[in-house]
Amino acid sequence: MRLSAFLTATATGIMMAAAAHATDVKIGVLNDRSGVYADLSGEGSVVAARMAIEDFGAAAKGINVTVVSADHQNKPDIASTIARQWYDQDGVDAIFDVPTSSAALAVNEITREKNKIFMNSGAGTADLTGKACSPNTVHWTYDTWALANGTGGAMVREGFDSWFFVTADYAFGHALEADTTKVVEANGGKVVGTVRHPFPGQDFSSFLLQGQASGAKVIGLANAGGDLVNAVKQASEFGITQGGQALASLLVFITDVHALGLPTAQGLVLTESFYWDRDDNSRAWSERFAAQMNGQKPTMVQAGVYASVLHYLKGVEAAGGKDSADVMAQMKQIPTDDPLFGQGEIRADGRKVHDMYLFRVKTPEQSTGAWDYYETVATIPAAEAFRPLDQGGCELVK
Amino acid sequence: MFEFLDISPQFLFGQLLLGLINGSFYAILSLGLAVIFGLLNIINFAHGALYMMGAFCAWMLLNYLGLNYWWALILAPVIVGGIGIVIERTMLHRLYKLDHLYGLLLTFGLALIFQGLLRNNYGISGMPYSIPPQLAGGQNLGFMFLPNYRAWVVVASLVVCLGTWYMIEKTRLGAYLRAATENPTLVGAFGLNVPLMITLTYGFGVALAAFAGVLAAPIYSLNPNMGADLIIVVFAVVVIGGMGSIMGAIVTGFGLGLVEGLTKVFYPEAASVVIFVIMAIVLLIKPAGLFGRAV
Repeated sequence: MRLSAFLTATATGIMMAAAAHATDVKIGVLNDRSGVYADLSGEGSVVAARMAIEDFGAAAKGINVTVVSADHQNKPDIASTIARQWYDQDGVDAIFDVPTSSAALAVNEITREKNKIFMNSGAGTADLTGKACSPNTVHWTYDTWALANGTGGAMVREGFDSWFFVTADYAFGHALEADTTKVVEANGGKVVGTVRHPFPGQDFSSFLLQGQASGAKVIGLANAGGDLVNAVKQASEFGITQGGQALASLLVFITDVHALGLPTAQGLVLTESFYWDRDDNSRAWSERFAAQMNGQKPTMVQAGVYASVLHYLKGVEAAGGKDSADVMAQMKQIPTDDPLFGQGEIRADGRKVHDMYLFRVKTPEQSTGAWDYYETVATIPAAEAFRPLDQGGCELVK
Repeated sequence: MFEFLDISPQFLFGQLLLGLINGSFYAILSLGLAVIFGLLNIINFAHGALYMMGAFCAWMLLNYLGLNYWWALILAPVIVGGIGIVIERTMLHRLYKLDHLYGLLLTFGLALIFQGLLRNNYGISGMPYSIPPQLAGGQNLGFMFLPNYRAWVVVASLVVCLGTWYMIEKTRLGAYLRAATENPTLVGAFGLNVPLMITLTYGFGVALAAFAGVLAAPIYSLNPNMGADLIIVVFAVVVIGGMGSIMGAIVTGFGLGLVEGLTKVFYPEAASVVIFVIMAIVLLIKPAGLFGRAV
């Protein structure tokens, strides 16, 4: 009796001690849950974040993680409001994902101001680790520089050295066009023309014919989502590629290829940092993901959310707490290693570097079934895939 | 003649033809809106969503029942038109005596519900839908490559638009419809079933939207928001043509397609704005629209 009471008291004491050392972490997945980017980020990113917490075994390591999520509707003002509320009132420690460059830049500033942590996966702008870089931000999955470098560089080297751009007339399109132009010119190519189309656009036939008339070897599409789907569909209809011109789409997600269908999308060359069918690890993980997402395979953005949450939790564990500066220091010190992106690192400017891949979309005959879409054309090694550290203009590097 | 513009005449003709093709979609959609507004006095904000449902219906017929494009061209307008009839019978007909605003709010709400439901089930990226094999390929016209499918779109749209205009302006049935809008009580007193005529008119207007949706499915991104992007432009077309004017809707639909096509050549950034600039000018000079009658 006395012994059992003693044991109970001891056990309770141990549990209380453990509880006192446990770290409560709250992470917020902020992305588009109803608009054009809902399929490539959305609920899938939340599922990916939960999978990371599970795989990390957070609870067993004394880290209690709560996940919250919200819809920023691709609007920077809404993203700002939610980020402020999460940091100020809801006790969120880190924000993940945030597609749409303008929304990401807004969250970047608020995170710096509140001294929290922002790990971006969904947005494209390379400014996040350039002019707008912040000691509180990590940019995980891809950026406009890497896309331009991957697709643009590869095509010019293959002899496609004159380009005509069909560009979405807003910040992202302009950035992508500017970055690609630099790559094309650096590799000895030239840009013969550009047309800026209203965003969002419905009919691209006029712009495509202008590209056709320009005589350029490549028509580069600097747009995304529905605009891209429309443009590729219509390029196929107007026989752009049969006429001998190549079509280069600078930002394509696997969900776009799924929407286009292989008969229309075949032959597209594109750059991504993740493909579900790349190796055993990515296949196993993607199977688990698909089981929770009605069979949909993950995009690179969702894979990036998984990997960044995993690495963040490693940082929290190593820092022994959630102080932003400590966690950030640990995250930059520990090499990144996860089943989806392999080994890599987070640079001083916040850029996560890993290999990028140049893919070509398979023909319907090559594809063995649903979501079997890409063949790997080239692997761009991590050291060459992203903008060199000293060229981004990030003040953290000086 | 064209030297000062620094573009070749061939190129210009090509762009004008493309404008005409885009105008076909504006024409069919604005025609449906004009018919509905003219006879029901309802500003049908669900028109874009119903156009999208026409396209989705084509996709569903193909993927669930194996029925091809040509079946969809007939069945989708019938099915979506049927949905329109249910909407009119259960909801819209209660609003005829109220201000326009109520009809607008109801149809806008319906549009959001349709889009939300399809988005929930099929995602936002869209669905693949191919051009029917009979219309694949194209003709080299010398000044441009014209896909056969686009030629078909212009022809189909002209036939449907002129057929509708003829039916409403030149046939006995059309005369009943026009009379019923002028004075429903009197027409009812002659023994005509006015509520039934109105229901069928709404169903027909909706079927036109669905028809345009099927035409669009192979060439535009087929996703739940495809109508939401288009409907605002189409409303501008209807306002420019004159609310409720059948011929106005058709002529301005094609005409504005041409204007937009030219803008895409000379100042592409303004291509989405130019229609609204024209709308503002027309409203200042002729508030009832180019073909509308002053009320």
